Amino acid sequence: MTKVTMTVNGRQVSGDVEDRTLLVHFIRDRLGLTGTHVGCDTSQCGACVVHMDGKSIKSCSTLAVQAAGSSVTTIEGLAQGGELHPVQAAFKANHGLQCGFCTPGMVMAAVDMINRYGGTLDEKTVRENLEGNICRCTGYHNIVKAILAAASDMSAGRQAAE
Amino acid sequence: MGVEGIGARVARKEDKRFLTGKGRYTDDMVVPGMKYAAFVRSPHAHAKIRGIDSSAAEGMPGVIGVLNGQQMLDDGIGNLICGWMIHSKDGSPMKMGAWRPLAHETVRYVGDAVAVVVADSVGEARDAAEAVVVDYEELPAVTDAATALRGGQPQLHPEAGGNLIYDWAIGTAEAETDAAIAAAAHVTEMTIVNNRLAPNPMEPRAALGIYDVGEDHYTCYTTSQNPHVARLVMSAFYNVAPENKLRVIAPDVGGGFGSKIFIYPEEIVCLWASRRTGVPVKWTSDRTEAFLTDAHGRDHLSTVKMAFDGDNRITALKVDTIANFGAYMSLFSSAVPTYLYATLLSGQYAIPAIHANVRAVYTNTAPVDAYRGAGRPEATYLLERTIETAARELGVSPAELRRKNFIRSFPHQTPVIMNYDAGDYEASLEAAMKEADWAGFGARKAQAEGRGMKRGIGMSCYIEACGIAPSAAVGSLGAGVGLWESAEVRVNAVGTIEVLTGSHSHGQGHETTFAQLVADRFGVPIDSVSIVHGDTDKVQMGMGTYGSRSGAVGMSAIVKALDKVEAKAKKIAAHLMEADESDIVIENGEAKVAGTDKTVPWFQVALSAYTAHNLPAGMEPGLKEGAFYDPSNFTFPAGCYICEVEIDPETGKTEIVQFVAADDFGNIINPMIVEGQVHGGIAQGIGQALLEGVHYDPQTGQLLTASYMDYAMPRADDLPSFKVSHQNTPCPNNPLGIKGCGEAGAIGSPPALMNAITDAIGNNDLTMPATPQKVWAAAHAAQ
Repeated sequence: MTKVTMTVNGRQVSGDVEDRTLLVHFIRDRLGLTGTHVGCDTSQCGACVVHMDGKSIKSCSTLAVQAAGSSVTTIEGLAQGGELHPVQAAFKANHGLQCGFCTPGMVMAAVDMINRYGGTLDEKTVRENLEGNICRCTGYHNIVKAILAAASDMSAGRQAAE
Repeated sequence: MGVEGIGARVARKEDKRFLTGKGRYTDDMVVPGMKYAAFVRSPHAHAKIRGIDSSAAEGMPGVIGVLNGQQMLDDGIGNLICGWMIHSKDGSPMKMGAWRPLAHETVRYVGDAVAVVVADSVGEARDAAEAVVVDYEELPAVTDAATALRGGQPQLHPEAGGNLIYDWAIGTAEAETDAAIAAAAHVTEMTIVNNRLAPNPMEPRAALGIYDVGEDHYTCYTTSQNPHVARLVMSAFYNVAPENKLRVIAPDVGGGFGSKIFIYPEEIVCLWASRRTGVPVKWTSDRTEAFLTDAHGRDHLSTVKMAFDGDNRITALKVDTIANFGAYMSLFSSAVPTYLYATLLSGQYAIPAIHANVRAVYTNTAPVDAYRGAGRPEATYLLERTIETAARELGVSPAELRRKNFIRSFPHQTPVIMNYDAGDYEASLEAAMKEADWAGFGARKAQAEGRGMKRGIGMSCYIEACGIAPSAAVGSLGAGVGLWESAEVRVNAVGTIEVLTGSHSHGQGHETTFAQLVADRFGVPIDSVSIVHGDTDKVQMGMGTYGSRSGAVGMSAIVKALDKVEAKAKKIAAHLMEADESDIVIENGEAKVAGTDKTVPWFQVALSAYTAHNLPAGMEPGLKEGAFYDPSNFTFPAGCYICEVEIDPETGKTEIVQFVAADDFGNIINPMIVEGQVHGGIAQGIGQALLEGVHYDPQTGQLLTASYMDYAMPRADDLPSFKVSHQNTPCPNNPLGIKGCGEAGAIGSPPALMNAITDAIGNNDLTMPATPQKVWAAAHAAQ
């Protein structure tokens, strides 16, 4: 057992974990944050994507001990002040989700993608960058639409703020 | 329609919880004292169990119990069953072998469950499962259905000699069909393989069994598309508990695509193990277990003869199909290649003689059952590949050949049971060809050739039967259940409304579309309407969601209940306003006396029903009505899909440059949700045609495609954006005119894509999935 301490969604948390405990299980089972999902065993599906120190990672292939001392944001920590994050809002407006299981990972991956590319995102880039996130319901059509819409909204928002 | 009523693109009510991580799936459930199960599974495709030694496992840290199939048998837990009786041509009933939830004598596929470990943590359960020693006597295995039918092959079940479950036929007499084929001007013959698929909902299956010793009561949280059917089957056949002692809850479910219709061993074992160990027991599948044990789809091998007269009219169709059922007969398996497949072999075409023969076969593979479309994709693929090939052989345009043979008057009785009620196949074909700029294809092909690329275009005109189904009709065909749906509309005392439905939403957006129905009826905001589903303690009975039945059947039941609520509400309003009941109109959230300015707010009508201070004489208090709806026919969505591809002749890689879908779904409640269903279906169909395939090693029966490293799921960069449109003819057989949209995409798309690829490479000899290697080889063979 190893004691790990990290910040999750702005709150400091600690716990004793087995060395083999994955970050996703620490988040789900210890912290009760069940929005982060496990959809495969081989780090392909991306249902487990969270942000660690601002970058998207797969929490199914990260040990909890590797996240010690870091700042983790899960899907539960994305919306601020009761308002959906613009990416969440765009997924809703564009029907970018159906069963909802891949959705938290998709949204977290999309936020990171928009942070990296800003307003320069195009459909091809979005599709290539979603390679590590699998959705079985939507055919990706509306997910791509949602991410492009969010990128455009967020870029317009930034410009307006400048 | 109003901004939230029928036909409006209303954003989904359920989205917020999914987008903020507040969805509640089975694996998210935590109850006090809960422990975890791990299954010991067969590593062999076929073996006798000589013995199970659990002693080492029982002593491992955290282990509460190790349970096996003999104990389950001793406790009287029954066999898993297939619920649809099919009789062979000779009148004999299908040959169903025993399927034990935990095998105690013989294992028949890799992944067959043998024992279960219950422990304090998932890790401890898995560690201990590794330590259970099963002494197997390996037996030879067979994985291919055609091989399994031949003499001298391994035999799976003593009940099914030669591994044959049934040998069934439908349609025109064989001799009559043969005579029509012999007299034909042209006959197109093909061998058609429909590849085996793994459904892969993103949420793996899970079950949480809770036994309450004080009440002698069981609760099962499970990933089910039909919790009531699960309760019925577990009570009536598996002897887990009587219905009144068993509550089944299917909370948020992360996709199903058919694979979560069936009752699997794991939920039965979790319930039983909870009673045996005295603790709640949760099991969550990992993805490899899902590949090994979720019911697979498709896996047909067919030969087809399509006969034409001198005027290119189809005169006869003869089909012989071998369907691989895997090691055991899953819950609805028998119906898939019979009444969901062969009954659709007329497609959109007037065919005077159709004879189909289907043999269902046991093999040492995972059970095969309904997967998105279930039989109808197999029928459509067979027909649409064949008619396209015929057009090429006859030297006529594929559109013209289809047009010539379209059914144009309704109702239309096919030779294979179905009676099509409405449709306009020409309208979908024209819309699709226009949207795809079919006329401009030649120029695009020439331009692509200039770049060294091979370009092809293909179409598919599909029909499906949805809204399963009239109970008496399916009963006469062997179904063990009726396929009606139930609904209850509860108007609360302050006018908010709860709709209880036997349908189950696992991505389809029922919480929104069903609320739109109510909003449309009473003019109340959809936020004041809640949809309750997925819990046998809340909803009395229901048949669940599959076969695109929730709109046509589930919503029709809601309409019937709404009719009753509206009738009573009008009586109350008329009494309150001292008006005639026939003059009352309910709209915009109030009851009005037509032609006057007299109104009563909706909440006042509801409150009056519950205060009961001033009701019409003799009226019972309350405003709550229930209804059962049993459809009078199937519904028949149809459409035309066109796919255009470019293939790199150097690599064989296919790029889909455009995909057009033109569908007739009847009336639509929420176009946004319907389009989403089509997108998802098309992606699964493209997956089947281009990427996906379950492969077993033919000698050992080992599953070679048991992870996302080995099984090619469609990724975002494999797919284009889709062009979808609707040309709707209302269904005349249900109150909303709905046909259903859930499966169309997966049905129509594979043949359109394969017709496009074979058009591009000039070689018809190509099977799904059309991997770059296969396409390259076929393209070069054609040169």
